Amino acid sequence: MEVGEVYSSRQLDETEGEAINELIARSQQTIPDPDQWLDEELKRNILLTSVDAMIDWARRSSMWPVVCFPACCAFEFITTEASRFDLSRFGMEIIRGSPRQADLMITAGTLTWKMAPQVKRIYDQMAEPKWVIAMGACAISGGIFRSSYSVVPGYNRIIPVDVYVPGCPPRPEALVHGIRMLHHKISKMSIAREAK
Amino acid sequence: MTVALSGEKIASQIEKKFPESVIESTADSLLVKGDWLLEIAGYLKTTAGLDFDYLTAITAVDYYDYFEVVYQLTSLKHNHSLVLKTRCYGRDNPALPSVVNLWRGADFQEREIYDLMGIGFEGHPDLRRIVLWEGFDGHPLRKDFL
Repeated sequence: MEVGEVYSSRQLDETEGEAINELIARSQQTIPDPDQWLDEELKRNILLTSVDAMIDWARRSSMWPVVCFPACCAFEFITTEASRFDLSRFGMEIIRGSPRQADLMITAGTLTWKMAPQVKRIYDQMAEPKWVIAMGACAISGGIFRSSYSVVPGYNRIIPVDVYVPGCPPRPEALVHGIRMLHHKISKMSIAREAK
Repeated sequence: MTVALSGEKIASQIEKKFPESVIESTADSLLVKGDWLLEIAGYLKTTAGLDFDYLTAITAVDYYDYFEVVYQLTSLKHNHSLVLKTRCYGRDNPALPSVVNLWRGADFQEREIYDLMGIGFEGHPDLRRIVLWEGFDGHPLRKDFL
């Protein structure tokens, strides 16, 4: 057949049939397993590392955030979560509705004193170990609402904060940077208790 | 579009029914005495041709010497609207009659004004703070609140 010809349905079927037969002819052998280079000896091998390194790696590789999004920074968090910035890269795409299943609180938004007891309770319900990222100016210091009668001037008045991400709101890049900083912080943690 | 009725025209109608109840009327609004508020509000709601069956919003303004409470009324039947204002005096216990029995939508809004401006609404079924917590000192939307 020539390019530019108008093909009949039968001709199209015949072309398709030829392509299928060709593929069958080429596919008589199975493609080798990409892991085949691992010989038996290597498969029985053991990697040695410290318990701390192993546990810190596990902890920072799947931090699940709890729902604590009282105000507009939540939208930047949603963008961070969504496909362009893709929080799944850090194993934290699951936002937990229950604080008992979460390790990380990203405090995205202005907190009022009326809401503060509830946020404190959510933090207290989270299982150890747990971390807090203060996201945005309001979370750090109360932001432009700092002098207001009803706004908590910074989440660190009620819960301990590990990483501060400035911005009003911070861009997703900034939040990802804050998350990376927290990863770095966790990688230096030790499960051993300090000697007294 | 909703037609905003002239306060002056309605003022003359109300003056006939309730003499000396209107303080001031302009093209935009109608300012009435607080003592007459319930009677006038009921009249605006039930009179044929006016039928203000919907209370869009209530707000309050602090002018230091007095508080002005503004009622934005709408008639869904005739698609027209009116701004009704009234004043209450004193900074310790300013009070006005509640319009909850006329428009149920006034419930939360009067509570909000009570909470943030400290204006009491007599006859309100459940007058307590709505935004701030019990025990908060003062009323933050007042001009002299610091």
